[in-house]
Amino acid sequence: MGAKLCRVQVIAAYPITPQSKIPETLVKYVDSGELEAEFIRVESEHSALTVCISASTVGARVFTATAANGLAYMHEQLHWAAGARLPIVMALANRGLGAPWTIFNDMQDSISQRDTGWMQVYCRDNQEIMDSMIMAYKICEQLHVPMMVCFDGFVLSHTVMPVEIPDQKQVDAFLPPYVPHLQVDGPEPININPVMLAGPRANAQGVFCPSYMGFRMRLQEALESAGDVILEVGREFGEVFGRSYECLLWQYRTEGADTILLTMGSLANEASLAADALREKGCKAGVVSLRIFRPFPAEPLRQALSGAKHVVIFDKNISYGNEGATCTETKAALFEGGLQPTITNFIVGLGGKNIVATDLEAATEEALKRRVQINGPQWIGVAV
Amino acid sequence: MLPGTRACSGCGLSLAYRHILKALGEKTILTIPASCLTVLHGLYPSTSVGLTNINTAFATTAASATGIAAGLKALGKTDYTVVGIAGDGGTFDIGIQALSAAAERNTDFLYICYDNEGYMNTGTQRSSATPMGAFTTTTPGTKFEHKKDILAIMEAHGIPYMASASPAYPLDLYDKVVKAKNINGTRFMHINIPCSPGWGFPTDDLVELGKLAVDTAMWVLLEIENGVLRLTGRSRSMARSGKKKPVSQYLKLQGRFKHVTPEQIDYLQGWIDKRWQRFLQRHELSEET
Ligand SMILES: Cc1ncc(C[n+]2csc(CCOP(=O)(O)OP(=O)(O)O)c2C)c(N)n1
Ligand code: SF4
Repeated sequence: MGAKLCRVQVIAAYPITPQSKIPETLVKYVDSGELEAEFIRVESEHSALTVCISASTVGARVFTATAANGLAYMHEQLHWAAGARLPIVMALANRGLGAPWTIFNDMQDSISQRDTGWMQVYCRDNQEIMDSMIMAYKICEQLHVPMMVCFDGFVLSHTVMPVEIPDQKQVDAFLPPYVPHLQVDGPEPININPVMLAGPRANAQGVFCPSYMGFRMRLQEALESAGDVILEVGREFGEVFGRSYECLLWQYRTEGADTILLTMGSLANEASLAADALREKGCKAGVVSLRIFRPFPAEPLRQALSGAKHVVIFDKNISYGNEGATCTETKAALFEGGLQPTITNFIVGLGGKNIVATDLEAATEEALKRRVQINGPQWIGVAV
Repeated sequence: MLPGTRACSGCGLSLAYRHILKALGEKTILTIPASCLTVLHGLYPSTSVGLTNINTAFATTAASATGIAAGLKALGKTDYTVVGIAGDGGTFDIGIQALSAAAERNTDFLYICYDNEGYMNTGTQRSSATPMGAFTTTTPGTKFEHKKDILAIMEAHGIPYMASASPAYPLDLYDKVVKAKNINGTRFMHINIPCSPGWGFPTDDLVELGKLAVDTAMWVLLEIENGVLRLTGRSRSMARSGKKKPVSQYLKLQGRFKHVTPEQIDYLQGWIDKRWQRFLQRHELSEET
């Protein structure tokens, strides 16, 4: 639906639970003529993203959607898309990875792809998915960087919530047609993404052109500047549609809080309920939920955590042999700010393991009881 | 194509590519995967090829061409020929999934496989297109398996046009590219590329070897259109005259076959003869109709 409002021109996707509904819905729009787009029924996710890459290179607005093993199968092309600086938007229904098989939700899939150069936004509810899709194209096309719009598989992908559908005319005004930065049918032939050397080389006019590393640096610079663009687009979105996204992270009752529950995605909703319950018991708890994971919002996070004595981090992913990814990244951000709250990391909800407010509340209380830094992640919900 | 490419001197690919690009003309967008051809196209920021090319990952030629075709169609730019060109590794092996899928969808593009019978860009490793008996760095003794029958595989997809050609017969090659260019749907071309460093022959012998490949029916010039197979050019006159040279003449000019035993030569000859008979039968049928 969000993709339709954005008037995407080429869609390529391969079925995987719980994403399958997305391409199935879009193909109906295309077949009925409601959406003027090419829908390519590819044979794999690797090809799905490749089709998007090449279609985007020639100037089309493109869309794909996947989950779990499908995303892992795209890995080579995730790097390619970002390296080629293409504004591709992908919907990602977060799901755990095999082996062993699970079709249910966690964030191992997208977290495993955090170093591919894609921006990542995590949605709390279905309204946010729709809104994030529309903003994503505007952000990506400004920065020439691709983005994953991540949302919890089944938790959000298969639940019905009332969603306000933006008006097509307003979307059109907010998101004008895509103007590519390369002209494949221009007067001069171009060799796009050729072999590069480590050092700069001169072109036919004797002008030195960037090296491989120079291009890598430019991609990093684009992501460093992405925070401001995301804020600006989020503000503009609020002006037009009445729902502002002028933030890189969400905060709930953080004012005066000394204990912060840190989450991402739909878990933020449960965390907010947990904070309410904790507050009632006299514990000054609040919630910080990362909306944007790449680029990592280190500065806003430092600010949000500046008054915290205890930070309890819930990760639906794990970097095996270390800890949850948001925990590591939060620690790094705090270190740079010289902040030293106690940090407890809980690994939760892997493979769809149900996790509710009372679990988060109990975990936070346990962390507070110890009142010391606990090294290594704690697991919730593993009986055996 | 401009002089001074980064391909080896006396490269069969450079020779073939010159004719292919001429036949394709300006309104063409190319896409090529990792291969010798990437190197031939040059190092950033210069290129030796005067057509727009979108480089793509090794396995993705046909998917990339699909994306280009879809993107151009969505933008209403319908006067371009989309051409994917890949080596035998990029076609027979890692790229066959995407190629098969694109052909099954009858995607509107021309796929050209240039076949130098090995992974040459990475230093002459075997591919499933390497002929039986050949030395490569990953078949240091010999290769025991016959070359994969890519034409049969592609034909099974029921695509509208297929051809095989050789740069040793440039007019035949040129005509086929022009013909393929003007057909809609998935078109597949298979081109023999003698490779001096990979096969072990002096660069002077390039055209000689290309011709011998055809004269021995190791390589057959043909077209398959809507299920009808026709021999063309030199292969067609061989069908008429009934003359075919023994494969040993072809093998002995190449270092990669230095160690083949007489038994292996017989085995290979038997394989060639059988295949040639099949082609002859189908060709005769096409002449009757
Ligand atoms: C996924 C992946 N695996 C391996 C490679 C390394 N690689 C680059 S080119 C090549 C061989 C190409 O062989 P072929 O397609 O026959 O073309 P040729 O080099 O012979 O022209 C290989 C293995 C790669 N680029 N990508
Ligand atoms: S290795 Fe062979 S095919 Fe590759 S550039 Fe050299 S001669 Fe040409």
